[in-house]
Amino acid sequence: MNYNFRFNALLPYTGEILRGVGLTLQLTLLTAVIGLAIGLFVALASSSERAALRVPARIYVEAIRNTPLLVQLFLVFFGLPSLGIRLDASVAAMVGLSINVGAYAGEILRAGFQSVRSSQVEAGRSLGLTAGQTFRHVVLFPAIKAIYPALASQFVLLLLATSVVSSIGAADLFHQAAFIDSRTYRSFESYALITLAYLILTLAFRALLSAIYWLVFVRRSRP
Amino acid sequence: MPLVEISEIHKRFGTVEVLKDVSLSLDKGEIVAVIGRSGSGKSTMLRCINALERVQAGRIVVDGIDVTAPDADLNRLRQRVGMVFQSYNLFPHLTVERNVMLALRLVRKLGEDAARDIARQMVAKVGLAEKLAAYPDELSGGQQQRVAIARSLAMQPTLMLFDEITSALDPELVGEVLRVLESVAQEGMTMMLVTHEMNFAKNVADRVIFMHEGRIHEDGPARETLLEPRTAELRSFLSAVLH
Amino acid sequence: MIREFSPADVVYMLAAARWTVALALFAMVGGGLIGMLVAVLRIVAFRPANWVARAYINLIQGTPLLGQLFVFFFGLPLLGIQVGAWEAAALSLSIYASAFFAEIWRGSLQSVSPRQWEAGAALGLTYVQRLTHVVLPQAVRIAVPPTVGFLMQLVKDTSLTALIGFIELTRASQIISAATFAPLPVYGTAAAIYFVICFSLSRLSQRLEKRSHAAR
Repeated sequence: MNYNFRFNALLPYTGEILRGVGLTLQLTLLTAVIGLAIGLFVALASSSERAALRVPARIYVEAIRNTPLLVQLFLVFFGLPSLGIRLDASVAAMVGLSINVGAYAGEILRAGFQSVRSSQVEAGRSLGLTAGQTFRHVVLFPAIKAIYPALASQFVLLLLATSVVSSIGAADLFHQAAFIDSRTYRSFESYALITLAYLILTLAFRALLSAIYWLVFVRRSRP
Repeated sequence: MPLVEISEIHKRFGTVEVLKDVSLSLDKGEIVAVIGRSGSGKSTMLRCINALERVQAGRIVVDGIDVTAPDADLNRLRQRVGMVFQSYNLFPHLTVERNVMLALRLVRKLGEDAARDIARQMVAKVGLAEKLAAYPDELSGGQQQRVAIARSLAMQPTLMLFDEITSALDPELVGEVLRVLESVAQEGMTMMLVTHEMNFAKNVADRVIFMHEGRIHEDGPARETLLEPRTAELRSFLSAVLH
Repeated sequence: MIREFSPADVVYMLAAARWTVALALFAMVGGGLIGMLVAVLRIVAFRPANWVARAYINLIQGTPLLGQLFVFFFGLPLLGIQVGAWEAAALSLSIYASAFFAEIWRGSLQSVSPRQWEAGAALGLTYVQRLTHVVLPQAVRIAVPPTVGFLMQLVKDTSLTALIGFIELTRASQIISAATFAPLPVYGTAAAIYFVICFSLSRLSQRLEKRSHAAR
């Protein structure tokens, strides 16, 4: 092997990399929040007794979960303009990712609501709580606790999946790899470095999510 | 006028008929023990009274509310009928105090302080004042069940239903729960208990109902019915549970 | 030259979809073999092996597949190994899959109750006998549905290889879309083909799951 690895050639681009980190985190958090909101609607709709709500929710979830994110992004960015909807790359990335996460979050939430035993619902109802009160005060918190791990790994996957938006030209951390590559002609070093940057990001993100779990669900505030 | 009036109710799960033409009335202040083999329909009957199960035919009136009417106000009904379950069903994410306070605040619309006062009083009554800040998973089964009783009593129901509330407990924990039940009974609460504790039924209940294959097979004063069963079915049931 | 999106294009896409399936199957087999090794390293009673396996899994699951693809695509030639898009894609998807399989299978093995090990020991079975006759049969039954479920994930993930130029379904769609300027029907068709493959797999996984519950 006679190749000289020259990672120091990338040093001048630290600023670009940090900017990429910021963009990726921003994209992840924003789409996580929007996706969660979509997911809540979808979960409630798909456990509804009314077919008019349930069927569209199921179609949405199945359509998203059975097709690749990349194709979904292409449909939003390249496909929608032929319907007269022209989105900027970064907006298209956000829309595509949110729609994608919404379906997965919806499934996780639905499973969570179902996981709270019906005996808990009965206990709430037999105390005279309405269906809505039972959901809010009896079902919601244990359900969120039960699904938190699944939701957290979904968000880690989301953080990694955001790298795909570079393919439609949206600016994020992975996009910086191509940029640095184009300036330094150090393809391997550029992509390896950026890939490792994601590792640091995911490890930190996971630690943060575990800390939140501990703060909210494990450490109980004593009166 | 009786507090509970059950007339000719039928209940099916799929093709299995669990309750066949059951009629029963219960006066205010009465303590009724319902006994019978598992599958005899006793728990189902209890669950029909506060409409956790809906009947296919017949009528149930509780404290003037027609439970079986399609537009029955179930929330109003359940405020007057307390129920304690075999599996306690405490809310795992709330402390003992919060478990008791929840319905007081949401259903009775009491303020935080008023609800807390009642909760503390009720929890003290079941002997767990020092556990107010504990979470359900930090309590023994017997303690959890006592909290569940306090949670129901706090709503000041006119009728209490107890569904095999000692069946899931270790034998040494049964006593403390039964003592709480006795003190509730002494205060004049109308109670209906599905139970396997024959001594408790004999000593505390006024009346015993023996259910067999979805029907009320015997119904009479507690001591008399248990000591001198009239039917062969009750006799064989009693000899099976007592030995 | 712009032309219409025609049935011939759909045929071309279906032909490309064979490479999607081939790639997923290759990664299933390759990733399965590596994954088995990693799963064993993860649970054997030898700490350093556990650490290596965990580090490997964390590295693969903590970085984007897209990054791994590019690293192999640009990295292997530096090691003197001349690779095309297929080799880079097949290798990195296998490695990617191995980390997930290792975790799925480790979880399945560990979900078999320790009492089963004890019961086997009480009958006088050796460690290997307990593993092969008592624990593995139960673990396999638990592992099959999530394994098939991950295969569906793998089919979707093959789409990323389009970005290093491997011509599978997504890359074929990009080519046709560029030639016809009809992105909506082209990508819509691609989505439909993916849907048919993935939906069949997820249904299969659900059925297997139901069966394994019924068998218990």
